[in-house]
Amino acid sequence: MTFNALPGVLLIPALAAALLAALPGYRLTARLNVAATVLTFLCALSVFFVRPRPGSYLLVDDLNGTFIVLTTFVSFTTAVFSASYIGHEIEIGRLTPLFVRFYHAMYQTLMFAMNLALIANNIGLMWVAIELATLTTVLMVGIYRTHEALEAAWKYFILGSVGIALALFGTILVYMAARPVIGEGVDAMVWSVLVKRANAFDPALLDLAFVFLLLGYGTKVGLAPLHAWLPDAHAEGPTPISAVLSGLLLNVALYALLRFKMLLAANAAALAPGPLMVTLGLLSLVFAAFMLYRRRDIKRLFAYSSIEHMGIITFAFGMGGPLANFAGLLHMTMHSLTKSAIFFAVGHVSQVKGTQRIADMGGLTETHPLLGWGLVLGVVAIAGLPPLGIFMSEFLVVSSTFARAPLLALVLVFGLVVGLAGLFLRLNSIAFGEPRGGTAKAQASYVPMFAHLTLVFAAGIYMPPALVAWFHNVAGLLG
Amino acid sequence: MSRMDFDVAHLLAGTLVLISFIELYQDRLYALLNVYAGHALVLAASVAWQAFIRDAPHLYVTAAIALGFKAIIIPVALHRIIVRLGIHREIEKVVGVGPAMLAGMGLVALSMVVMLRVTPGADPLAREDLAFALSVVLLGLLMMVTRRNAVGQVVGFMSLENGLVLAATGAKGMPLVVEISVAFSILIAFIVIGIFLFRIRERFDTVDVGALDSFRGERR
Repeated sequence: MTFNALPGVLLIPALAAALLAALPGYRLTARLNVAATVLTFLCALSVFFVRPRPGSYLLVDDLNGTFIVLTTFVSFTTAVFSASYIGHEIEIGRLTPLFVRFYHAMYQTLMFAMNLALIANNIGLMWVAIELATLTTVLMVGIYRTHEALEAAWKYFILGSVGIALALFGTILVYMAARPVIGEGVDAMVWSVLVKRANAFDPALLDLAFVFLLLGYGTKVGLAPLHAWLPDAHAEGPTPISAVLSGLLLNVALYALLRFKMLLAANAAALAPGPLMVTLGLLSLVFAAFMLYRRRDIKRLFAYSSIEHMGIITFAFGMGGPLANFAGLLHMTMHSLTKSAIFFAVGHVSQVKGTQRIADMGGLTETHPLLGWGLVLGVVAIAGLPPLGIFMSEFLVVSSTFARAPLLALVLVFGLVVGLAGLFLRLNSIAFGEPRGGTAKAQASYVPMFAHLTLVFAAGIYMPPALVAWFHNVAGLLG
Repeated sequence: MSRMDFDVAHLLAGTLVLISFIELYQDRLYALLNVYAGHALVLAASVAWQAFIRDAPHLYVTAAIALGFKAIIIPVALHRIIVRLGIHREIEKVVGVGPAMLAGMGLVALSMVVMLRVTPGADPLAREDLAFALSVVLLGLLMMVTRRNAVGQVVGFMSLENGLVLAATGAKGMPLVVEISVAFSILIAFIVIGIFLFRIRERFDTVDVGALDSFRGERR
């Protein structure tokens, strides 16, 4: 097959955004939203068959292919969830039809921005795409226009803007380092050219650039101590957006960091980016694990859990080497699937209970068995219990760390155990015990949630050799 | 490049740092906006000068954006927002003028030390532009953390962004500079519209961002 469907991952969301902005009626637009994401996902699958030659602006290789397929898949399932979620929000009058139109257009714009950031070969273009993704999510976080939503949006806005401003400074410094070697013009910002010639770059400039990039994109990843925007943004926006933020946007920012890490790894004299990422990753993990204990809002609880897991992933990539990179990739995939499944459940839970306060909800497995057990399964998965997928990846991270740096592994295990206990403490009061809160029947679509959980479960039991080989290959690329 | 070209570029970039310091101690919103307009004006002159001495006509677009959008439209818009919201009083600061100025001097010294040390190979103009640009960026950050007022923070962010444009134009032959400055202008336009649309004052009866802290989900 020579037909290249890949431009579809950019064109379809862009067209759909324009179309959805113009069309009234939420039932129709919600379906169109789903249809657009299905098509995008199908186009994304073409990365397995066709590899266009890297140009000055776009690039597809095994690394971003993995990210693109994951991103488009989760955005598709989230669109399915979003259709039933938004239907309920309109019924109770929390959102007006005009806002829903805006919401769908922004959803597609966000997909466009994330896909663009992933397939960009030009570090300037990548920056612009991440900026666009930040803007669209800010608008969606503030969509309910309550005190809390506006505060969250403003905080996210200011911190996110400062983050991307620092990332731009880092990008300029990379260009400065590349210019004497590659010469002026577009080529000096093209990643595939940069990585080939990185060995001749001035290491001091590259080091400085990476520090800015780590702080800048690290803010978007939600690494402690730069995470302050993340819990608010997750808690106050519509739940489908929490799912997309946790499951996808954090990954996209991390992907940007990985690209620059590869650039530094190609230069022998530059500082090793690993220890910096290991430190920030461990800090995020331990910090977030303790923060799980005093959460009273269910979405904030899982937002902190996202910080914890992004910490683990950053730690794994920071350790480097084939095994740790493999574990990091697997963990990232599993976390995206599980966390978005949890947010699908949480979205319906907070709708039937009419609140996000953990104290006001209880006995969920009794009042809404399917939803309750789905949430329990999700939390069991995210806490890293066997036999689910996250257990596999966490086990790989821990065992590869024990072999190389036992002291770090102790801190890692400590953080994991603290986080696990914190999650179960909260889960206990939500899912079991005396039923509290609303008992309205859930008009939920369970398919996306259970589809994700099935995948996570299957990956924990049996990983197809083809998938293992693919991940090994990508892990090798990461160095 | 003649000595004169270099000196003028140097003068303009240095003036930008100086104006950042002036912004740092303003305690009234109107005055702050006027100083910011001056900041953008100097940036426009600096970018135009770079376009002229390097014969890079596309940079004139960036200069025009700096002049039209940042030096005129945004300050006027913010001015009107301040009038409409009735918030033209003193800006509450987290730290006093003295410590803020001292911290600012420390940051400028830091950026000089860092940038001049890591770029001995680069051409002197780009090198000093970068050092000045980093100073402006850090001073902008300092301004954001020392202000509790939303408009004050936005002005801090905008002058931070001016520093980035200075860095981007200083890096000789950098592609996408125009696109990046357009993207930033969109971002800033969103922020300014955000202040108004989000109606921070109507919702919270204040633009003092400190008051927003009480709305944390934790204390409900």
